[in-house]
Amino acid sequence: MGPGGFLTPICTIFGRLGRRFLMFLQAMGDATVLSTDSLAHLLRRPWQGRHFIVQLHALGVDSLIIIIITGAFTGMVLALQGYYTLAKFGSESLLGAGVALSIIRELGPVLGAFMVIGRAGSSITAEIGIMRVTEQLDALQMMAVNPKARIILPRIVAATIALPLLVAIFDVIGIAAGYLVGVDLLGVNPGSYVAEMTAKVTEHDLNGGWVKAIVFGFMIGVICTFMGYRAEPTTEGVARATTQAVVIASVGVLMIDYILTSFFL
Amino acid sequence: MIRGESLSKTFGDFQAVRPLDIHIREHGITAIMGGSGSGKTTLLRLLSGLERPSTGHVWFAGEDLSRISERRLFKLREQMGMVFQYSALLNSLDVYGNVAFPLHEHTSLDEKIIRRIVMMKLEQVGLRGFEDLMPSELSGGMAKRVAFARAMAMDPRVVFFDEPTSGLDPISSGVITSLIHDTVRQAHMTAVVVTHDVHAGLSIADHVILMWQGAIIASGSPDEIRASDDDRVRQFIEGRPDGPIPFSRSTRPYLDDLLEIKP
Repeated sequence: MGPGGFLTPICTIFGRLGRRFLMFLQAMGDATVLSTDSLAHLLRRPWQGRHFIVQLHALGVDSLIIIIITGAFTGMVLALQGYYTLAKFGSESLLGAGVALSIIRELGPVLGAFMVIGRAGSSITAEIGIMRVTEQLDALQMMAVNPKARIILPRIVAATIALPLLVAIFDVIGIAAGYLVGVDLLGVNPGSYVAEMTAKVTEHDLNGGWVKAIVFGFMIGVICTFMGYRAEPTTEGVARATTQAVVIASVGVLMIDYILTSFFL
Repeated sequence: MIRGESLSKTFGDFQAVRPLDIHIREHGITAIMGGSGSGKTTLLRLLSGLERPSTGHVWFAGEDLSRISERRLFKLREQMGMVFQYSALLNSLDVYGNVAFPLHEHTSLDEKIIRRIVMMKLEQVGLRGFEDLMPSELSGGMAKRVAFARAMAMDPRVVFFDEPTSGLDPISSGVITSLIHDTVRQAHMTAVVVTHDVHAGLSIADHVILMWQGAIIASGSPDEIRASDDDRVRQFIEGRPDGPIPFSRSTRPYLDDLLEIKP
C-alpha cells in the first residue's frame, strides 16, 4: 500500500456519502420547486375543481374501508393492552382517556397516514409514473394543458384535505371499538370510560391530531406525486419510484411526527 | 415557420444533438430521417418546446421557445399538435374523450358542436362508430389514428409526428402516411415528420433532413436526397448493412471479447 493508501477507502466512503447527500438535497429542491409551481396554479384559471373532487374520492372515499378496519382493530388492541396495564395499578377507569389520547394524539394520524400511503400514495406514484412512460404527460403539455396544474395540484390538495377527514373517522371508530372491548368484554364501567375520556381529552390534544394529519397529508401528496413525476420512464423505473415513494413517505411521517409531537407536548 | 439556431442538446456526457441550424418551411411536410439513436426524436422535442436546448434558440411564430415563460409556451402550444410514437392516448378517457379533450380544454363550444367536430375528425381517420372504445381496446394502427384525430382537433398551424408508422403493418402504415399527406395539403398545415421509414418519408415530404450521430448530414428535396452521392445517405436510403454508418456499435474486436482478452 502506497503512502496515504489507507486513506483511500475512507475517502471513497465519505465521497459516496457526500454524493448521496447532495443527491438527496437536489431531490428535496426539485420536489419543493415542483410542489410550489403546482400550488401556484391554485390561484390561476382554469380552476381544477372537478379533478380535485375526483382525486378526493379516490384518496378519501376509496380509503374508507381500510381506515375503518384499521381504526377498529387499533382501538380494540389498545383497550386490551391498556386494561392489562391499568389493572396493575387499579386504574381501569382511566381506560377511556388512555385509548382516546393515544388514538387522537398519535395513532390516528400516524396509522391513518400509513394506510393512505400504502393504498393511495403508491397508486398516485404508479399512475403518474405510467403517464410518464407512455408519454401521456408530454401529450398533455402538447395539448397546452399543464400537468402540474392538472395532475399534481389536485392530488396534493386532495391528500391534504382527505387525510384529516380519514383520521377523524379513524379516531371515532378506534374510540368506539375501545369502548366495546373495554366495557362489553372487560367490564369497565361505561360511565367512567366516557367521563374520563371527556375530562382528559382537551382541545389542545385534538388540535395536535388535526395539525399532524394535515401536515402528513400534504407531505404524502408532495412525495408521491414528485416520485411519479420524475420516475425514470421504464417499467423498472416506475416500480422503483413507487417503492421509494412508500418508503420515503413512511419514514418522513415518523420523522415529522417526532418534530410535531415535541411542539405539541 | 420554425427555426432552430445553433441548437444542441446534451444529456449528461451524451450529446444527442450537435449544434445545428434548421428551418422548417411553412405549409409543407418536412421529414427528419435517420437511423435509431441519430437524434431525430430529440430534435423534434426541441422544435416542439418539449425539451429546452442546451445551447441555441428555437423560433416559432416570432418567439424564442427556449426563452419564453412556461405560461407563454402553453399559449403557443394551442397552435401545435403532436402524434407520439406510442400514441400517448389518455388511458382514463375513451376515443371520444381523447379527441374532444383539446376542445373541452381550450374552447367554450357547446357539447353538440364538439360532438360534431369529433365525429368529423373520426370520420376523417375512418374510426367513426368507435368513439366508445377505451385506448386499451384499440390496435396500434387504430390508436395512431385516434392520436392523429386528436392532434387535428384544434386545426393547429403545425403538427409534429414522431415515428408515425413504426410498429404498424403495411396497410396501417400506408393509411397513416396518406392521412398525413392529404390532411396537411388540404388544410395548408405545416408538418414535421420524424421517421426512419425511407419510403414513407421520401414519398410525402417536400423537404427531407437526414441525421446521423446528432448532426444533419444531408438536406434537400426528396429527389435531391435520392440523387445524393454521399455514402452515408446512399447507405441509409438503400438500407445497406455495410458502409460508413456502422451496424455494430462495439469498438473492440469480436475475437478479443470471445477469448476474454483484456485490453
